[in-house]
Amino acid sequence: MSSTNTENWMKDIGVLDLTGVGGGSTSAAKKITALVVDDDSVNQTIHSKMLENLGIQNQVVRNGKEAVDLHSSGNNFDLILMDMDMPVMNGIEATRKLREMGVRSIIAGVSTCTRDEREQKEFMESGLDDFQEKPLTTPKLVSILHKLNKKC
Amino acid sequence: MDGVAQLQKQLVDFTDSLFQEGFLDEQFNQLQQLQDESNPDFVVEVVSLFFEDSERLLNELAKALEQKTIDFRKVDAHVHQFKGSSSSIGAQRVQKVCIAFRNYCEEQNIEGCLKCLQQVKLEYSLVKNKLETLFKIEKQLIAAGGSIPT
Repeated sequence: MSSTNTENWMKDIGVLDLTGVGGGSTSAAKKITALVVDDDSVNQTIHSKMLENLGIQNQVVRNGKEAVDLHSSGNNFDLILMDMDMPVMNGIEATRKLREMGVRSIIAGVSTCTRDEREQKEFMESGLDDFQEKPLTTPKLVSILHKLNKKC
Repeated sequence: MDGVAQLQKQLVDFTDSLFQEGFLDEQFNQLQQLQDESNPDFVVEVVSLFFEDSERLLNELAKALEQKTIDFRKVDAHVHQFKGSSSSIGAQRVQKVCIAFRNYCEEQNIEGCLKCLQQVKLEYSLVKNKLETLFKIEKQLIAAGGSIPT
């Protein structure tokens, strides 16, 4: 059941080449990569699994600094799921830094409903392409991925 | 067959009650949907992570609130984390107490915070109990040769 969903989603955003071998096999699809940036192990596990179920290769790091370091050492991802509150370097700083470094991936801020509107605005302005309130769900994730297609 | 059907009914009824009583919300459904044959223990794994994290956070909270001078920002940071992880697994009642807890932190209201700590401990142990029971029934069902209704 979940593989059909993956194929439907991928057809939807145009990354699944149906003329490929195996008619609808996900191996014909362009491999999308993602980075989960979150200090909470429960969220890390859930977000990673959601991405996996959608056929997206993904990595997980615990804070903004680890995310920046990964990029400094030459890694790149199509999508970054960025939590806001993290130790060492938070989502706002990390997003700013990544944009300064010239990272053009889709960065989606994922955060618990902040009572502080100013902080949310600051987060958006640090360079986010999208913002989703936690908890993340598969439909929310798919809506972020539609942005990926548009950018391509 | 009778045994399996009975267990299935027990599982469905129990799960329904958890939603009706507000222990769990839609987010828990999202978790169950992520589980598949390649990862049949996903929900148990995530919930176990939640239990571990929660117990650590509750200890930290108790310690922070015992200090002579309370660092409300620290307390708030812990509650914020707890709110986040409880909402991620759908533990609605725990999440609700966390919201009230954060308000008291903002007001630097010690009594309010202590009250909330007691409440969140209670709600946490309730939902932990419920989830452990849920998993037990699931295990019995599978052992009896049944499968978890989706």
